[in-house]
Amino acid sequence: MRILIAGGRVIDPTSGLDEVLDLLIEDGRIVRIGRGLAAAKVQAAKRGRSEKGAKSGSSDVAVDRVMDATGLVVCPGLIDMHVHLRQPGREDKETIATGTLAAARGGFTAVCCMPNTDPVNDTRSVTEFIRDTAKREGVVQVYPVGAISKGLKGEELAEIGELFEAGCVAISDDGRPVMDAELMRRAMEYASMFDLPVIAHCEELRLSGSGVVHEGVVATELGMRGIPSVSEAAMVARDLLLAELTGARLHIAHVSAAESVRLIRDAKSRGVRVSCEASPHHFTLTEEAARGFNTRAKMNPPLRAESDRQALIEGLRDGTIDAIATDHAPHTVQEKEQEFDLAPFGVVGLETALALTLTTLVAPGLLSLNQAIARLTSEPARVLKLPKGRIVEGGDADLTIFDLNREWRVNASEFASKSRNTPFDGWQLKGQAVATLVGGKVVWEA
Amino acid sequence: MGTDLNEKAQILDQVGIQRAVTRIAHEIVERNKGIDGLVLIGLRSRGVDLARRIARDLNIIGGVEVPVGALDATLYRDDLGKVGPQPVVRKTEIPFSINEKRVILVDDVLYTGRTIRAALDSLIDLGRPRLIQLAVLVDRGHREVPIRADYVGKNVPTSRQEQVQVLLAEEDGVDKVVVVNA
Amino acid sequence: MGLGRKDLLTIRDLSAENIRLILDTAESMKEVASRDIKKVPALRGKTLINLFYEPSTRTRTSFEIAGKWLSADVINVAAFASAVAKGESLKDTGLTLQAMRPDIVVVRHPAAGAADLLAKQLAASVINAGDGAHEHPTQALLDLFTIREKKGRLEGLKAAIVGDIAHSRVARSNIYAMEKVGMEVRVAGPATMLPRFIDRLGVAVYTDLERAIADVDVIMMLRLQLERQQAGLFPSLREYSRLFGLTVERLKAARSDALIMHPGPINRGVEIAPEVADGPYSLILNQVENGVAVRMALLYLLVGAAQAG
Repeated sequence: MRILIAGGRVIDPTSGLDEVLDLLIEDGRIVRIGRGLAAAKVQAAKRGRSEKGAKSGSSDVAVDRVMDATGLVVCPGLIDMHVHLRQPGREDKETIATGTLAAARGGFTAVCCMPNTDPVNDTRSVTEFIRDTAKREGVVQVYPVGAISKGLKGEELAEIGELFEAGCVAISDDGRPVMDAELMRRAMEYASMFDLPVIAHCEELRLSGSGVVHEGVVATELGMRGIPSVSEAAMVARDLLLAELTGARLHIAHVSAAESVRLIRDAKSRGVRVSCEASPHHFTLTEEAARGFNTRAKMNPPLRAESDRQALIEGLRDGTIDAIATDHAPHTVQEKEQEFDLAPFGVVGLETALALTLTTLVAPGLLSLNQAIARLTSEPARVLKLPKGRIVEGGDADLTIFDLNREWRVNASEFASKSRNTPFDGWQLKGQAVATLVGGKVVWEA
Repeated sequence: MGTDLNEKAQILDQVGIQRAVTRIAHEIVERNKGIDGLVLIGLRSRGVDLARRIARDLNIIGGVEVPVGALDATLYRDDLGKVGPQPVVRKTEIPFSINEKRVILVDDVLYTGRTIRAALDSLIDLGRPRLIQLAVLVDRGHREVPIRADYVGKNVPTSRQEQVQVLLAEEDGVDKVVVVNA
Repeated sequence: MGLGRKDLLTIRDLSAENIRLILDTAESMKEVASRDIKKVPALRGKTLINLFYEPSTRTRTSFEIAGKWLSADVINVAAFASAVAKGESLKDTGLTLQAMRPDIVVVRHPAAGAADLLAKQLAASVINAGDGAHEHPTQALLDLFTIREKKGRLEGLKAAIVGDIAHSRVARSNIYAMEKVGMEVRVAGPATMLPRFIDRLGVAVYTDLERAIADVDVIMMLRLQLERQQAGLFPSLREYSRLFGLTVERLKAARSDALIMHPGPINRGVEIAPEVADGPYSLILNQVENGVAVRMALLYLLVGAAQAG
């Protein structure tokens, strides 16, 4: 299958490339990057038709499809390193099929799925189930994240070696923190044998208590129990020190508090091998979104104060925060239509992440387009040591084509995801994916 | 309040009101053969002022202070919860027993009669009077229930598009009764 | 005129005008309580459902009497004991009730925002009788009524609310209500029970009882909520009452005519000494009496709006 993507603004953050170029794709790889490939193809096609039997070189063979990317951006396929696909166990909320379709619709070509499924991904058989299902029914690449502890109970190490061999790209107990510091230390030491990053969900459960929103002004005004920033930051501090001690690779998930950003910036400057991510909902919204007891704005960690949001943006700008990841967490409508205290934590994000990044960060000039794309492509690839996130001759043809300027209204009822729990329903956003290619195949287009 | 462009006609002036009140007081004494056991209960709010004026005249006539009470019949109206915001409720203040008394109910304008019906229901819940008589300053016709006044200051035929306004010095600074466009 | 709304979910929804209207109407309603025949037909044929997810004697009975004196039909649903205990969601309970066409639903629930959820679903007027630690608007209204009855006015008065402010819906509603009518509000309690950012609500914050009550016109003591208490917010009942219990001795720091209030039920000897609770300036029983009148006023004012709206 040969595809020519013609006339798009090709951006590859790693090499600094940002030019209007054509890309020629063949057998799942990028074989040529250059100017004027489109014209040559048209010529060759004409020649091929008029001169029957004439000999042609490989560069003159006609293509199966020409995609006109004029006025659009072509970048490496977006990678979401924090997604909950819910399968096995809660297929009512999402499946690998629907979740990866939602990813493709959002311009993502790869996702990492978290292990808090049912059963938990703490053994080879579950990892293989996920990979096999993804191969059969998945629309984009799926990289499983294995558990740190058996059953996510936080008591004993899971068989991390086996998980690594089965194809896990990282380990995490996400959904829950590893409360036992000794266990976290051992997990870091053990994981580093396989050079696996440890993805930490940082939360001091006792400080969180039965909190449901950020411990701030809104919680006080509405009489709701709060989750203080220190619940995240205290655990971040602990895990940074453990990473420093063990030399392991630590990745901190869903950073939400200014204090956490501060600690990570400091640790990086001292050479600790830490990376971290922030989600679009955290850099776009604040605790104010929870007013009116809006359960679509309830997630963990919660939306915090404006000063925290500003700290996240600053972190994304100066590189303290490496990646943008959605923490896509589908929940059924019934579950979210409950008293705020009872509704489960979590919001979906795959289908709005790119647009929010462009609308909230790039359009007002807070992040350059190049930086933004890096946070969604080359940076997650670097953290996970995946051979992705690059546009380079010979590399995989995982590509995202998007329209920087297309304005659209978010309509949750049209989501490819099975779930609708987004705080952005009805929002006017600017920027949208128009085509997603995985392994040289167009898996989704608008 | 006061003269305005909607005023179509003045029915009673200050002197007219005074005469009407005095006449009603005399009629009350005559009909009840004296002042014994009489109590005056005015309907909020101008009915209360009128009741006090009648009491003053009764005092002049018979040298006796007739007790005056204030009744708010809003909670007994037949149009509550039907349309729009609820009407304002004012306090009922009847600091004496009405059992076995001759109650003279006093109101400013008698129109459909529904207010008086509500007032009667209210009175019955407050006690068991010996009898209830009705005194009004103006009767403008158009009854919708079988209620009639025992004492009338003036009969004023009106159309439904009109409104009869009673202004009293105690509340409005002037004494007069006018017909206005509704 | 009227309140111009279908529900009463938070005090913050009411304007100072609205509050005045409710209090004035309550005065008229109070007279009904003094009659021989305590019944007026104002809400005849209307149905009121008390939907209580938490046990309550005071508030529920108060609403029941208020409804009955206005001739409404009152149904009590002890939700904590019934279908709900079998796992029926609040949303489904709401839909079930809606099918029975009540005119007013009074709801008390342990989760903040529960009344809001129901109000969105039901055509009936929903009155919040307490949702978690969020608000208890009718309590604040009857508290204001009681203060106004004794002092003749509200504006310019100083009040101190003492106790577990963080978990108290009575405190929150009173803070909002008192500020709306121009009162000056202080809160006092152990540091562990004062929520962060409480000062943003416009109150002065104290951790010393005697300093808090100096020179105030009203002292409102909150019940130490043993049942909702998270362990670890204070070391012992003894220490709490030593530091924050209102005793005759402590009262000397306040004005001699300071009014003493408490939403009840009181923990005698813990947050308030029996002599103070039963003393001459205690309005605790007045609050209960006025609760019926204020709730009657509210039911009366909401009913017309529900149909028109």
